[in-house]
Amino acid sequence: MPLAVADPQASSQTVGTPALNFAIFAFFVVVTLIIAVSAAGKNKSTTDYYAGGRDFTGWQNGIAIGGDYLSAASFLGIAGIIALAGYDGFLYSIGFLVGWLLVLLLVSEPLRNTGRYTMADVIDLRLRAVPVRAAAAVSTLTVSLFYLIAQMAGAGALVSLLLGISSRAGQDIVVAVVGLLMLFYVMVGGMKGTTWVQIVKASILAAGAAVTTLWVLSRAGFSLPSLLHHAAASSPAGAAVLGPGLEYGVSTVDKFDFISLAVALVFGTAGLPHVLMRLYTVPNAREARRSVVWTIWVVGLFYLCTLVLGFGAMWLVGGKAIKAAPGGGDSAVPLLAYHLGGTLLLGIVAAVAFATILAVVAGLTITASACFAHDVYAGVLRHKEAEPSEEVRVARITAVVIGTVAVIGGIYAKGIDVAFLVGLAFAIAASANLPSILYSLFWPRFTARGALWSIYGGLISSVGLIIFSPVVSGQSSAVGAISTSLITNPHINFAFFPLNNPGIVSIPLAFFLGWLGTVTDRQPADPVRFARMQVRALTGVGAERAGRS
Amino acid sequence: MALFQPASKGASGTPAAQPARSGASGYETVRASRDFWTIRRRFESFIVPACATFLVWYFLFVIIAVFAPGFMRLDVFEDVNVGLCFGVLQFASTFAIALAYRRWAQRRLDPLSERLRQRLEAGRY
Repeated sequence: MPLAVADPQASSQTVGTPALNFAIFAFFVVVTLIIAVSAAGKNKSTTDYYAGGRDFTGWQNGIAIGGDYLSAASFLGIAGIIALAGYDGFLYSIGFLVGWLLVLLLVSEPLRNTGRYTMADVIDLRLRAVPVRAAAAVSTLTVSLFYLIAQMAGAGALVSLLLGISSRAGQDIVVAVVGLLMLFYVMVGGMKGTTWVQIVKASILAAGAAVTTLWVLSRAGFSLPSLLHHAAASSPAGAAVLGPGLEYGVSTVDKFDFISLAVALVFGTAGLPHVLMRLYTVPNAREARRSVVWTIWVVGLFYLCTLVLGFGAMWLVGGKAIKAAPGGGDSAVPLLAYHLGGTLLLGIVAAVAFATILAVVAGLTITASACFAHDVYAGVLRHKEAEPSEEVRVARITAVVIGTVAVIGGIYAKGIDVAFLVGLAFAIAASANLPSILYSLFWPRFTARGALWSIYGGLISSVGLIIFSPVVSGQSSAVGAISTSLITNPHINFAFFPLNNPGIVSIPLAFFLGWLGTVTDRQPADPVRFARMQVRALTGVGAERAGRS
Repeated sequence: MALFQPASKGASGTPAAQPARSGASGYETVRASRDFWTIRRRFESFIVPACATFLVWYFLFVIIAVFAPGFMRLDVFEDVNVGLCFGVLQFASTFAIALAYRRWAQRRLDPLSERLRQRLEAGRY
């Protein structure tokens, strides 16, 4: 067997040559750092730092959004689920794609027309209430941090496979180095530098995925039925891997858990703060619409590639070798690359995966720091009287704090499935953010009370249900003595909510609370503000322009 | 920055000095206007059916996958089954709706909203 991991005795826990992987990765880091520094410009005004001067074109921003969205969870996670569970991984990727239509049709243009930098801007324009801005900021920060920790945890798991670092301390150091690099991009590059890093990363990710996909297809004689046939033949489950149900179909609870995940994926994309913030980097609503159409192409074609990669790994590497490798399912694509193209292709795939984590982490950090500086510091604490240079300074300091929190969180969350954590972040985003965005834009009666009920209700119910779910405690495991939940002691069990993903309960609840809080509000909504919102949203009057503000 | 100031039309003094409330009431006039009503109706006439279609189509797919996996496993040709075709159709429909919306918005929506925006910014409302 050519694979080092297939030999349990001599297993060095790595495949390929770590030195080569490291060299390719270092090359990428140097190139992107140069890009970030040279693209950065001065980054003095808030428009420069938060929105990259608003002069990216639709296609540039569309590819950058794709770069922000296609995290390691997508690249390694989804292909890994397909390699191990077959069709059910494909169901995941469809949810991740279809959610973009909601962004395109309902959110992108009105958001670009009515906000400046953040989601809270839009809700604030409509409701003009400091507590609502604070609530929107709290939910933005929660979702960003959750997503950020998921990415950092993935970084830790990856290094053990790709760089041959198997000691705990060594992995922790790599997580910290990822954090430092990302901080450098964000502090020096601002939104402009970060956007260019995303564009470069998305391009090499797409190229890497396309080359590997074609390679797999060529092995199968460019015939999809033949690839599927080989994959099913090499799996112990046989033809069952080509249909749904292996991962999510065993019990009724599993089935509802999957529906809950599907709801969260479709409604979550339109509530992700780091995606929404990217819509402000283009000059107008028309370019925002174009960006999202570009993103849909990038994301959709990429997920079609992961289908081939996943079944290719099932066929050529085999489920047994994937499960035995460090990182489990996440190692399917690296192992496939090694099988096809040896150490060089593995090195490239490893560098792409690292680049992905680095870039997504940078995008999340700039979003969270902008949210704190713009919404909390300038909007709530200083009552919008802060100087722009002061706001940018606060954003930079916040980035350091958030980077530190993410590194520490990533070290502790190491080993949790990345795609799964991201699914939870989507559920929180869909519950806490989306109802208020949609009500602000389209419902004339919506009031500040409704917004507070919906944001806090959605946030508390989604996070609360996760805490009382089998994710945190009480999951029985095949081994028996150790629970597969976060709390590994099987005697501690406070999981009264049976589903892993809270979306099916918390998202409708947040919409309902927004409605209830509004209709029971004694103060009626201000019709003038709704008129202003709608006229601005649909015509672009008064929208923020490109260039200096 | 040239922002829309509806209050400036008949008001004395600088627009910036106007109280926000009386300034914003111009937006209600615009919202009630026939031009704006046309834009709104047109926007809704595409967005509402498009959202309803893709959400129903997607959840139909999810529910069949979860509750009727046997149907998804039926082979269409060789090892390609109903589930795979259904899934690939979800990709195709997403691409199609996105392209149709971009095309439709550019031809049917942008000219109207552009014209109204220019009139508003010139203060003719």
